[in-house]
Amino acid sequence: MKILVAVKRVIDYNVQIRVKEDGSGVVTDNVKMSTNPPDDNAIEEAVKIKEAGKASEIIAVTVGEEKAQETVRKALAVGADRGIHIKVDSVLEPLAVSKILKKIVEKENPDLVFMGKQAIDDDCNQTGQMLAAHLNWPQATFASKIEVKENSLEVTREVDEGLETIEVNTPAIVTCDLRLNEPRYASLPNIMKAKKKPIEQINASDLGVDTNPRIEHIKIEEPPKRKAGIKVASVEELVQKLKNEAKVI
Amino acid sequence: MSVLLIAEHNNKEVKSFTLNAITAASQIDQDLHVLLIGHNADDVAKSLSEVPLVKKVLHMDNEIYENYIAENYTSAILKHADKYSHIVCSANTFGKNLMPRIAALLDISQVSDIIKVIAPDTFLRPIYAGNAFATVKSNDDKKCITIRPTSFEAAETTGGSAEIEKVDAADKTENTKFVNREEIKSDRPELGTARIVISGGRGLQSGENFKLITDVADKLNAAIGASRAAVDAGYITNEHQVGQTGKVVVPDLYIAVGISGAIQHLAGMKESKVIVAINKDGEAPIFSVADYGLEADLFEALPQFLEELNKLNTIQK
Repeated sequence: MKILVAVKRVIDYNVQIRVKEDGSGVVTDNVKMSTNPPDDNAIEEAVKIKEAGKASEIIAVTVGEEKAQETVRKALAVGADRGIHIKVDSVLEPLAVSKILKKIVEKENPDLVFMGKQAIDDDCNQTGQMLAAHLNWPQATFASKIEVKENSLEVTREVDEGLETIEVNTPAIVTCDLRLNEPRYASLPNIMKAKKKPIEQINASDLGVDTNPRIEHIKIEEPPKRKAGIKVASVEELVQKLKNEAKVI
Repeated sequence: MSVLLIAEHNNKEVKSFTLNAITAASQIDQDLHVLLIGHNADDVAKSLSEVPLVKKVLHMDNEIYENYIAENYTSAILKHADKYSHIVCSANTFGKNLMPRIAALLDISQVSDIIKVIAPDTFLRPIYAGNAFATVKSNDDKKCITIRPTSFEAAETTGGSAEIEKVDAADKTENTKFVNREEIKSDRPELGTARIVISGGRGLQSGENFKLITDVADKLNAAIGASRAAVDAGYITNEHQVGQTGKVVVPDLYIAVGISGAIQHLAGMKESKVIVAINKDGEAPIFSVADYGLEADLFEALPQFLEELNKLNTIQK
């Protein structure tokens, strides 16, 4: 069984982002970048399945600018076998990314495609479901547990009401929740070894996919700031404030 | 053209977030139709028809819709999509799972999680865990939109009498099967719609200690939330998680206890009307968004808090 894992390079989750003054976007120059956190869970799960002897190959793929390769390299360092970097010059919408990934799936014929449930930059939560639609494959989103069966997966999904379990026949798309597993750190020897693993580079423009934006970003702005609060000295004061000032209890 | 809203329900009643989505959808276009896909859900159809903002209910009844499966819903929705300018639903796990599948098959770039309707093609949506707001304009002919329910009031549920039209079922997928759902039944208010939420974090140190939170929640008739750290540590189950990848809540009062206030948690609660933080670390980022901060050991503060609340007799249920 072959697993394709899609990863995205985003501003690190610990960075307090800054909005550009001209309203065109957020500051990315000299800002720490990392793999989108649930994409790390997607790689980890693929590696665990391979370690359990149920997968033969893991391919990590990313769609992004030149430096997005770092994200693939990191996936290789924790256990992916080879990488694919689809080069683009601009930020693509999930619809375009899903069309590109469809081309890669058709070329590689994986049995499973994993990715994070949501990217923490645009917070869209679309790409996995869209890829599943293009391929007419079943989708198991927000996975917190995956059990590999003969020709199917049993996936526990985190939903508003609690947990839901579904069974999807393979080939299938799974989008991963942060609670799926604990991503490992790459060891130094594995980081060195990863440098020798192949990364194939493909220009998105060579794939014959319409990647033109459909959504105009008119303005990016800072959200309204909360006005500064106060510190109270005691529980008694807190309760009095909540009752008499805020009038919420 | 009109707006088609996809209802979320459990075949017995409409889920409350659908009512918030109805309000948002009616701001896009007043000719609002609701598609109800279910099995033996006549009561749901009736209650949707009584929502004054709803102009028509399309009711698709078939045993294949006993449980919600995105693949089956998608083919059902696509049967009707060409008659509508907008297809919308709530941006909770229901809608997040469903809408991109529809959008992709219609070749539409979806606009996720809107918090304001500026024009029928222009919307405001948070990005970067709510640390920036983007004004976006969709240039697709048809729009697929998901709506952040807590940013819109729930629609009135009585006084309407929309027509209910029965429509035929669509194809069933053979590749996805529903197995089961573990729903945690609770008498408490729902986290997403509660007037008061009290949340615990890693500072609680154990699942047993969450009783301190529960006791206060009982007194205030509050919903119980948690930080991701508390859920990851197994103190409490996932449906309580508030944050960027959990639930977004906008209660009148949010009480954060033993929560440091990571960006990802703030994303889920910083629009609350009044925020209280109780934390022994005076430097914790949670204090930067709190209206009232109490720097204290939660194991002393929470029992005292309960005691003070017991002295008041005016708590609104």
